[in-house]
Amino acid sequence: MSSLIKYFIRFALFILVQVFVLDRIHLHQMVTPYIYFLFLIWLPFNMGRTQQMLIAFLLGFTLDSFHHQPGFHSAACVLIAYVRPFLINILIPQEGADTNYNEPSFTSMGGILPYMVFISVLTFIHHAWLFFLEAWQFGNIWYFLVKTLLSTVLSLLLIIITELLFVRKQKFRTNTV
Amino acid sequence: MRNIFLFIRRYFNFILFLLLQGFSIYLIVHYSRYHNAVFSKTTNQLTGKINEQYNKVQYYFQLKKTNDSLVTANKKLYDKLKADFALPDTSSNILVDSIKVDSMERYRKYEYYPAKVVYNSVAAQNNFIVINRGAAQNIKDGMGIIDPNMGVVGIVTDVSKDFAVVMSLLHKDSHISGKLLKTGETGTLSWDGKTPGIISLTGIPKNVKVAKGDTIISSGFSTSIPKGMLIGVIEEVAADKSSGNFLIKFKAAANFYNLEYVYAIENKQADNIKTILEKVKQKTQ
Repeated sequence: MSSLIKYFIRFALFILVQVFVLDRIHLHQMVTPYIYFLFLIWLPFNMGRTQQMLIAFLLGFTLDSFHHQPGFHSAACVLIAYVRPFLINILIPQEGADTNYNEPSFTSMGGILPYMVFISVLTFIHHAWLFFLEAWQFGNIWYFLVKTLLSTVLSLLLIIITELLFVRKQKFRTNTV
Repeated sequence: MRNIFLFIRRYFNFILFLLLQGFSIYLIVHYSRYHNAVFSKTTNQLTGKINEQYNKVQYYFQLKKTNDSLVTANKKLYDKLKADFALPDTSSNILVDSIKVDSMERYRKYEYYPAKVVYNSVAAQNNFIVINRGAAQNIKDGMGIIDPNMGVVGIVTDVSKDFAVVMSLLHKDSHISGKLLKTGETGTLSWDGKTPGIISLTGIPKNVKVAKGDTIISSGFSTSIPKGMLIGVIEEVAADKSSGNFLIKFKAAANFYNLEYVYAIENKQADNIKTILEKVKQKTQ
């Protein structure tokens, strides 16, 4: 299967699951999990940063049009797409390891810990920026902090379950031909 | 000049990042402008189609609840039937109206259109509802929306060909006026963005007698919602220290969690009232 079609299907599935399943969950009327940005986390290592940000904006804007209020998710997605390459540079175990595999995952990032740090930081940044933009107009700092932390924990749990359920088989590529 | 190009090339990613963030925040702040843009019509039409497909499945799981609410609504209407009242009118001389034309039609002020909810949110800070009736089916901007038990749901803010977006009461820009049924004072509704279903009413002076359990109805001051629709029942009354007013929290009459069918209300005199108001505005300018 061509990778373009694969990414297209992934995009549609993440948006549909987010809109029709996860958006309907509101634990204690404040915690809603988000996992659609896993699409951005799973983008290939070798993709240009410009393309990453444009795709992130498109993803966020698609979700925003389902919520009928533009801007919130686009802003959060663009932010994590901008931060992602820096994080990969810091967390990747040795130089050139990102050419061995196609996408970030437990194996390609060299173990459970680096990948966990990677997804936790991105999830936290996404949620914090999203809720900050929302709370900005309401201005209640404690509510904002508790909501961000609880949502991050719940989203991370769902992301880990998703990773375990849908194992992405990746070929080991060497750069020695 | 060359340096500028070099600078842009070097920091292109950062500049693009700032541009996209800026654009997103611009969209958040200037929501109403987006609102009138042509592309919102297209996105509404598209997301409406997808939502409708999903709703076809979900609808079956809600059939029982929907049926129950329709039965109660029907019961209320039956109770209002004239035939159920024995009027002590001795001069009645029964006349059968044989003209088929409804002569009352031109005096009609409100008309109700049923619509099905295809998308509904309660968890966000600003919530919307999408109904499967649009400009092609007589829905216009600013029409009021009620649920089958006459509880106020919201006001139409955006219309595409076959779908309409409704700003529900659970939205920070939603400021409908509400009236205390008992004493008749009016105040303004606002939602703090936290608990769905709990809304506050401000602008009621402290000398008014308000108690837990009092009913709040629509005031009928706007052209959207007729007078006497249910808005909610008071849960908590507190004194606002900074002003001479009460801070009232109430439970909304409409259950925003399981909306299935709603009615859009068209005010036939809305245009009439608007033209008068505009005339007054022009005179004062």
